[in-house]
Amino acid sequence: MLGKLTWNAIPWDQPIPLISAAVVGLALIGVLAWVVIKGHLPYLWREWITSVDHKRIGVMYITLALLMLFRGFIDAVMMRSQQAVAFQAAGYLPPEHYNQIFSAHGTIMIFFAAMPLVIGLMNFVVPLQLGIRDVAFPTLNSVSFWLTATGAALVNISLVVGEFARTGWLAYPPLSELQYSPGVGVDYYLWALQISGIGTLITGVNFVTTILKTRARGMSYLRMPMFCWTSLASNLLIVAAFPVLTATLAMLLLDRYVGFHFFTNEAGGNMMMFVNLIWVWGHPEVYILVLPAFGVFSEVISTFSGKPLFGYRSMVAATLFICLVSFLVWLHHFFTMGAGANVNTAFGIATTVIAVGTGVKIYNWLFTMYGGRIRFATPMLWSVAFIVTFVIGGMTGVLLAVPPADFQLHNSLFLVAHFHNVIIGAVLFAAFAGLTYWFPKAFGFRLHEGWGKAAFWLSVAGFYVVFMPLYLAGLMGMTRRLQHYVVPEWRPLMLIAAAGIVIMCAALACQIIQIVVSIRRREELRDETGDPWDGRSLEWATPSPPPVFNFAVLPNVQDQDAYWGIKQRAAESQGTASEPPEYRPIELPRNSATGFVTAFFATVTGFALIWHIWWLAILGLVAAYAVFVKFAWRDAEHYEIPAEEVERIDRPYREKLEGALGIQNSLRSLL
Amino acid sequence: MRRLPLIFLLGSVLCACDASIVAPAGPVGQAERQILINSLAIMLVVVIPTIIATFIFAWWYRASNSKARYLPDWAYSGRLELITWSIPTLIILFLGGVIWTGSHDLDPARQRSENPLEIQVVSLDWKWLFIYPEQRIASVNQLVIPTGAHVHFTLTSASVMNQFFVPQLGGMIATMNRMVTHLNVQADRSGTFYGQSAQFSGDGFSDMHFVVRAVSAAEFTNWIGAARADGPMLDRASYTQLAQQSRNVAPFTYRSADPQLFEAIVSHAIPPGPGPRPEAIEKAQDVN
Amino acid sequence: MSTAATHFRQTDPYKLGHGHGGGYSHRYATGHGEGGPASKRVVVGYGFWIFLLSDIIMFSAFFAAYAVLSREFAGGPTGRELFDLRGTALQTAVLLASSFTCGMATLAVEQRNQKWTQIALLITGLLGATFLLLEVREFTELVERGAGPTRSAFLSSFFALVGCHGIHVTVGLLWLGTMMAQFLAKGFRENIRHRYLCFSLFWHTLDIIWVALFSLVYLVGSLQ
Repeated sequence: MLGKLTWNAIPWDQPIPLISAAVVGLALIGVLAWVVIKGHLPYLWREWITSVDHKRIGVMYITLALLMLFRGFIDAVMMRSQQAVAFQAAGYLPPEHYNQIFSAHGTIMIFFAAMPLVIGLMNFVVPLQLGIRDVAFPTLNSVSFWLTATGAALVNISLVVGEFARTGWLAYPPLSELQYSPGVGVDYYLWALQISGIGTLITGVNFVTTILKTRARGMSYLRMPMFCWTSLASNLLIVAAFPVLTATLAMLLLDRYVGFHFFTNEAGGNMMMFVNLIWVWGHPEVYILVLPAFGVFSEVISTFSGKPLFGYRSMVAATLFICLVSFLVWLHHFFTMGAGANVNTAFGIATTVIAVGTGVKIYNWLFTMYGGRIRFATPMLWSVAFIVTFVIGGMTGVLLAVPPADFQLHNSLFLVAHFHNVIIGAVLFAAFAGLTYWFPKAFGFRLHEGWGKAAFWLSVAGFYVVFMPLYLAGLMGMTRRLQHYVVPEWRPLMLIAAAGIVIMCAALACQIIQIVVSIRRREELRDETGDPWDGRSLEWATPSPPPVFNFAVLPNVQDQDAYWGIKQRAAESQGTASEPPEYRPIELPRNSATGFVTAFFATVTGFALIWHIWWLAILGLVAAYAVFVKFAWRDAEHYEIPAEEVERIDRPYREKLEGALGIQNSLRSLL
Repeated sequence: MRRLPLIFLLGSVLCACDASIVAPAGPVGQAERQILINSLAIMLVVVIPTIIATFIFAWWYRASNSKARYLPDWAYSGRLELITWSIPTLIILFLGGVIWTGSHDLDPARQRSENPLEIQVVSLDWKWLFIYPEQRIASVNQLVIPTGAHVHFTLTSASVMNQFFVPQLGGMIATMNRMVTHLNVQADRSGTFYGQSAQFSGDGFSDMHFVVRAVSAAEFTNWIGAARADGPMLDRASYTQLAQQSRNVAPFTYRSADPQLFEAIVSHAIPPGPGPRPEAIEKAQDVN
Repeated sequence: MSTAATHFRQTDPYKLGHGHGGGYSHRYATGHGEGGPASKRVVVGYGFWIFLLSDIIMFSAFFAAYAVLSREFAGGPTGRELFDLRGTALQTAVLLASSFTCGMATLAVEQRNQKWTQIALLITGLLGATFLLLEVREFTELVERGAGPTRSAFLSSFFALVGCHGIHVTVGLLWLGTMMAQFLAKGFRENIRHRYLCFSLFWHTLDIIWVALFSLVYLVGSLQ
């Protein structure tokens, strides 16, 4: 009846997961109870859970990402503290537990923290920057989000029911095959990724279509903001790479569930094929994450330097160049598998060639600052720190792309330090820059600068204190994923890294305080004009937070920095107020519970498959199908906001704006 | 997992040995270090000025600096773009050369002399088996090589993937079931080096380290003699026993070794390592 | 407006680098997007094309796996011993015919002709079901002969590749059923015609993939 699931699946004798799960569970119940008692449930259901508004979905993505980032960070704290104490000692985490932690840390950080952060930002920003009302397929967008949430939920369930994979975040066979990993851990990993992977793929399809086919009037390719370009590149990569992940994980599932021989030792299976296939996805994945990060920095640096992005076309070219070459370099993840000198040479050179694209980008950001009037608000601080950090991370990356050097550094802590250097230095810094930058747009008030800067300085300091010792440890021969070790020279470095994680904890505290303080002092941080940073692209041409329809009248784009151009022209026509626009009724997609309900059944199905509860799996699949049929049957897909309502919403903003622009104009003439 | 602390007392077969790749003990390690340093130097030529320029630009063009010239529309310069594309391209051209020559010179499969010492390596769950086919002995978690001699490793895995890695000798290489990889190294000076698996391979992974002793030719002969005098025999039966999962195995030698064993492991004449024992699985399920 | 425009042209930061710079009139806009968002039909069809491309990439991963493992017989039967070209040729004919009737259905949908739409779709579905039946029969025969997917890596990759296509056809049949029901219940409404457009693209794509499968797996396999 319940497959492999028994009472013993819960780790009664492991206090760490039990207690943390209890705390999380209680917190969840508490929040739920508060929501229900306060009567917020209908609001939550109507305005968030069933919302197909890209802005809401973006905020939900980022909320999910921040929660999972926290979970992954806790894992990191445990790993660093374990290695700090585990010199010639067992430490406090036995291998069976420690191995789950680093596997979960990698899986969570890539799939459920970095990806949702990036996709969340794209969701919120891209339609606004393109000057449109929503993405191409709003309901599918909601399905995407909820499927991602399903994957995250499964990973978290594995904390208390059963176990997570003990194989590393890419679950190389044969270790991940049934013979060597008979538990449910790998199954949790596989189903969580399969389900959330479908969500990501839909996102890719959705955003490629949105960016290529639904831009505002006049928004030609070479007028798109850089963030839209990098998002386009990133989503093209999703569409091209994620199917490979799906296929690869499906093969491993077939091996584990029905005894196929794709990657087994026996019957002709070939584990090297898994390693190849997973990296055919895995390397583009790196750029799926980092390209939108580059986009964020392009926007931030240009805005806070008060200048257009330097070398816009070079930037576009470099982005597409990276996009293409990222598919030709996967073998550099396993130079040590003995492919031979010629193959290693080819992939080594292809890898370094990517550095040309990133190098160009770095210079373009530098020259964007050159001749600027730089305001060091928090997002700009993150950006400058990014340039410096990323140059270092890129350099160590190129070092690893040199095969003979990789023969010494592969799978060492040098490698670990390198990819944290680029992922934290680029993706996470970009996420924080982007969150601070677009937060006022989403919520109508800015984040508190003081606490933001404190969080920034502590994060950067913490990052360097954690990862510079890891580089050194790698040079001293320390490999990754060690639960304990015997070489005394490594110990001081592990202690310093542990100290660094304490600084990171302080940074995290500042981040939380920043949000709390900002909410409490939101009146003084209020953004009245919708343009708190003197922005350049269209998202600033609408109130903060934007109305559900984003723009009362769809903009007609006339420049590269569309909003900057509008402001310039307003400044030149000194005081003469523009004609009030002609308001028309606006058609918007209706809310839909499809995403939420599908995801609910996907969770049930996934859980049932993990535990071999076959009847429940079939039930879940049938129900998910039924949901889609039901969705197909609905008659009204849209609702209409009448013109008077649009005018009522838009007019006060317009009046405020004209006042504000007047002030800005006089300021500008003074300067 | 409860056994662990116990094992530790016995197990920290202490490494009074070095692991650092910046202090190599042989030509391969030295060459790899040289390439590492060269590549780093080539890149630092650009990276350091870039970082400095970042700070200078950020500082000088701060909004409060009234001396800085504001160029609100300056966003293109053909000459600069030419430079921004060519600097990284030049660097990559240099590095491409380094990669080309380095990859070929230091290809782990490249023979470095006519008559190398042959050693067969089998990674097991979770220990290393070293077979000396010419000497017909074998050792576990202990590798003894003569200094100044070229050593040719032939490697495979009995179960899951591992990476054979002796940082000071250089040249990490994967070990995989049903497949054979090659590694050629040499130790120029005597010493005790740290060796380990660099590929996570399961719960006993952290104990998959071994001691490498590079000794003079005479000492090596002595060691072979001593090994032949004592210890168990390595044949299919004792190998199957050894292939069971075990952690933190103290080094020992076999007084004789079946020279066909390695081939039998690769060709699956002997089945792959069995993975967790059924009782271990049950226990794990109880625990988890 | 025009003076502002002139002034702006002088300060346009892009005039140097951009062939189309020097002005902001959308006359100079390059690429798409000039006219604003595309029509719903284009957007839906385009999006579905992108999805199909990704689906083809997934198949290519299975094809790649088959290519790698196609000689790993592990002492078991080879493709030459197993493949029955006549059976698969029949399958091919059936599936190609279903693609043709699917095309007929498209014509009927354009004519808003309920009767012929339903008939053509029904035939399409029956042909699809026949195809599946033939495939299931082939699979069961193979398993009975001891050539199931667990026998060797070659057979694993074969069953996975062909089975993946079979699952797609099954999903296609489910979709086809709901399409017929939607036409009956809702008529030729715009959004339903969009969905049908996607369905027909999907069905034809399965055909293309099958052609690749037939030639690369069955034909080449039985030659080996």
